[in-house]
Amino acid sequence: MADLRINFAGIKSPNPFWLASAPPTNSGAQIHKAFEAGWGGAVWKTIGAPVLNVSNRYGAWHQGRQRMLAINNVELISDRPIEINLREIAEVKRAWPDRAVIVSAMVDSKPEAWREIVERIEDTGADGIELNYGCPHGMSERGMGSAIGQVPEYCERITRWVMEAATIPVMVKLTPNITNIVLPARAGVAAGANALSLINTINSIVGVDLDTLELTPSIGGKGGHGGYAGPAVKPIALNMLAALGTDEVVSKSGIPISGMGGIATWQDAAQFLLLGASSLQVCTAVMHYGFRIVEDLCDGLSNWMDEKGFKTIGEVTGHSLHRVSEFKNLDLSYRAVARIDQAKCIKCNLCYVACNDTAHQCIDLISAQGAVVAPHSYDVRSNGRREAVETRPQPQVREPDCVGCRLCYNVCPVDECIAMVEVDSGRNAVTWSELAQGQTPVTEDWEAMKDYRRQVGIDIH
Amino acid sequence: MEPARIDPGKALQELVPPLTAHAAAVEADRCLYCYDAPCTHACPTHIDIPRFIKKIATDNLRGSAETIFASNLLGATCARVCPVQELCEGACVLGADHKPIAIGRLQRFAMDYAREHRSYPVVKAKPTGKSIAVIGAGPAGLSCAGELARLGHKTTVFEKREMPGGLSTYGIIALREPADVALEETRMIESLGVEIKTGIEFGRDVSIAELQRQFDAVVLSVGMGSTPTLGIEGEEAVVDGLRFIEASKTDAAQLRVGRNVIVIGAGNTAVDCATIARRLGAARVTMVYRRSDREMTCYEHEYDFARKEGIEFRFLAQPSRVLVSDDGPVGLECLRVELGAADASGRPSPQPVAGSEFVLDGDQIVKAVGQNKPALAALPGLETRQGFIAVDDAFLTSVAGVYAIGDCIRASGAASTVMAVEDGKLVATSIHRQLVSASAPLEVS
Ligand SMILES: Cc1cc2nc3c(=O)[nH]c(=O)nc-3n(C[C@H](O)[C@H](O)[C@H](O)COP(=O)(O)OP(=O)(O)OC[C@H]3O[C@@H](n4cnc5c(N)ncnc54)[C@H](O)[C@@H]3O)c2cc1C
Ligand SMILES: Cc1cc2nc3c(=O)[nH]c(=O)nc-3n(C[C@H](O)[C@H](O)[C@H](O)COP(=O)(O)O)c2cc1C
Ligand code: SF4
Ligand code: SF4
Ligand code: SF4
Repeated sequence: MADLRINFAGIKSPNPFWLASAPPTNSGAQIHKAFEAGWGGAVWKTIGAPVLNVSNRYGAWHQGRQRMLAINNVELISDRPIEINLREIAEVKRAWPDRAVIVSAMVDSKPEAWREIVERIEDTGADGIELNYGCPHGMSERGMGSAIGQVPEYCERITRWVMEAATIPVMVKLTPNITNIVLPARAGVAAGANALSLINTINSIVGVDLDTLELTPSIGGKGGHGGYAGPAVKPIALNMLAALGTDEVVSKSGIPISGMGGIATWQDAAQFLLLGASSLQVCTAVMHYGFRIVEDLCDGLSNWMDEKGFKTIGEVTGHSLHRVSEFKNLDLSYRAVARIDQAKCIKCNLCYVACNDTAHQCIDLISAQGAVVAPHSYDVRSNGRREAVETRPQPQVREPDCVGCRLCYNVCPVDECIAMVEVDSGRNAVTWSELAQGQTPVTEDWEAMKDYRRQVGIDIH
Repeated sequence: MEPARIDPGKALQELVPPLTAHAAAVEADRCLYCYDAPCTHACPTHIDIPRFIKKIATDNLRGSAETIFASNLLGATCARVCPVQELCEGACVLGADHKPIAIGRLQRFAMDYAREHRSYPVVKAKPTGKSIAVIGAGPAGLSCAGELARLGHKTTVFEKREMPGGLSTYGIIALREPADVALEETRMIESLGVEIKTGIEFGRDVSIAELQRQFDAVVLSVGMGSTPTLGIEGEEAVVDGLRFIEASKTDAAQLRVGRNVIVIGAGNTAVDCATIARRLGAARVTMVYRRSDREMTCYEHEYDFARKEGIEFRFLAQPSRVLVSDDGPVGLECLRVELGAADASGRPSPQPVAGSEFVLDGDQIVKAVGQNKPALAALPGLETRQGFIAVDDAFLTSVAGVYAIGDCIRASGAASTVMAVEDGKLVATSIHRQLVSASAPLEVS
């Protein structure tokens, strides 16, 4: 059995799954319930400056009948009186000594304000503090949240104020609404933060209601951008996580990273760990299905770790980071082609239309007699199940023409029906940077490029 | 003899409920949107099925209905009566591992929307000045007339019965298609500018000579004839299955149903008769068939359905005599049958065993043994094939300017509504080409 315990910048928890600072961690009663369900920790809903909320706070992105692939919110930080929050934090920590209780905070950009909130949080007995530099709506209009996260100097300055006051671990939570995530992360490192967490929500407008022509959600007829989170944002979060893990300054500092953004299953969790996270936070998936999902998050992760021979979370953390590379270092001679398993293929022709309309026109339809046929080539008087099924042509990849773009693989609705098969390109391995160094003209001039292609046998038409 | 007290409206109401909007959307989302989809190939009218289904998924129901009407004007009937297992749904790529998409029910969902919102096709073509007579307002005739109207032709349909719709109105049990669905569909066809004249029998009230004088082309879509005679003693006491079904649709309250009903035959019509009898209160219904269950002509799903309805089967029995008392029939005498060598239909030939008579008790006997070949005496010089009207690839008969479509030409293959509809479409194109495009360029909207 894999050991799921973590020690994250000195904060211990029985498993790496924490509730992210958000509605699920709004009150002590909720967190009690979550800990009963098995959550390893919780980051308290951000406390700090006084606020008032609006109603119709959440929009959502549904795809077909699949609900809530992402949520979009215009909720601010906690609107409960701060004393109540602080009292409940203390109660929860007392009741659950083995769980991680971290408090998210956001106050005006004044050293006194930060010092005061740090002290009040430490008085509760909490295990750590998360600095919310991410909220992209409302708070940012007041110079807080992402208004800080988007300016590395502000991040650094405020984090320094906090570090001067704090005796417990401090984690800087980054906003993804920035061109280069590495810069605010480095600012956190420079200021001496104990940990980083990412991502907060992404600026978004979720849609327009086609009956009322108002934004969704509509707050008395008006709306605006909100913060986007949930399964749909996972690839963006993974990229930002990997960007930190591969940045020299951040990775050399050894600062641990709490990953979040779209975690809904143990598979998502494992991927965050592999790309450098050592604790994990979840919000939207819990808002969709409730606290109970932690059971399979732990169970599935543990079973997968056993299967792969990972004994601790630490062993998984960052395991795939060395695979993260830049385009210029990829082998241009590596060749894969698509191959269709005819026994599995249900002949929906989705690969055919995708390749022929939008990729490289190298999937053919082959009739039962072995001839290449055009789509829609049956006679109008032909009909019935038997004729339709028995005369239906079989899609087949013309491998010499396949550029291995992998589009068909992605559209195929049948598991393991299309495989991307590695084939020998007959060329020596070479990267773009090697070409740029060794054969500079090839990378700068089309004529030289054409000669090069002829020479090594690359034929793209 | 008193049938049980049953509300026939309820007992015979449409079996399959409409999909809710949510269920339709969920099902529509399941469709893979296949390219050059096999379901479309399998549909005799080649409705662009993935297209109409995706329009349900995107809540574009008007567009969905238009997609169906573009290929099939009688989509509402077809959605209910098509043997989808043998057609579109049978070819669905999801059939092998999962459940095929419920294409029929989705089609009905779109057609119900069209009916509710009067979202019907409109004629865009300019009038061609040509006029065409169609004989018979069944699915073939209505489809043909509607398609001709869409192409700009003035079309008149002559129907001998009181109501149009052919077997959709009179022959398909209400459990599958209530009569009002077919009648609404004929109103939709009329809204395209088609004139339907009911109560006029071709050959009696109107002659071919008259029609040929008044119209540029004539289309025969007269369907099939009545139920054949069995040629056995006591046959006067036997109820005609088609009449039995007809009464169940037009006046179910007055339909007399026995307690112990025997249905002769094992095709789809026989199953329908047996179902009606059972639903209207017969305690016992037995279908009598001279071959075995393997040779039955009804669809497999119909056989399964019949068994679920509690209908009994008596195979390898050849009716030889109806036993009649003063009160009506009391039983059916049959001969035991043995199966011999294959006959012309490729099935083992039934051979009654002499002296093997036995009697099945029954107080009502219904015969559902197919339909007679179309009655064609009205038209001298009309060539036939195996008793059906002979046509060439363009649906032209041996008589100049006279075309024929639907059940009355279906010498081989299963006669079905959707095949009749496709005939109507194809013949319209063929006539159009003959009358218009031969001289002027084709103008289709
Ligand atoms: C009991 C029963 C159940 C069936 N169930 C199904 C089913 O579930 N699914 C399916 O796909 N198919 C079913 N069928 C078959 C389907 O109904 C027919 O294939 C279809 O109706 C054929 O259409 P049609 O227009 O060719 O003929 P019909 O529907 O028979 O229409 C012919 C029309 O022509 C009229 N007519 C005939 N002679 C003249 C004349 N001299 N002058 C004027 N009018 C005339 C008739 O009154 C009739 O209205 C069933 C058939 C029967 C008998
Ligand atoms: C409704 C809502 C409210 C949130 N409120 C806060 C907050 O007060 N403080 C904070 O740091 N993050 C807040 N977040 C961001 C989450 O903590 C988290 O960073 C983000 O939702 C990504 O994780 P997910 O994809 O699992 O939801 C909020 C998110 C949502 C959806
Ligand atoms: S990998 Fe790309 S090019 Fe090759 S068959 Fe698939 S879609 Fe076509
Ligand atoms: S997408 Fe997959 S299942 Fe569909 S035709 Fe192509 S290979 Fe076959
Ligand atoms: S075959 Fe099935 S899945 Fe494919 S388009 Fe037709 S209904 Fe949809």
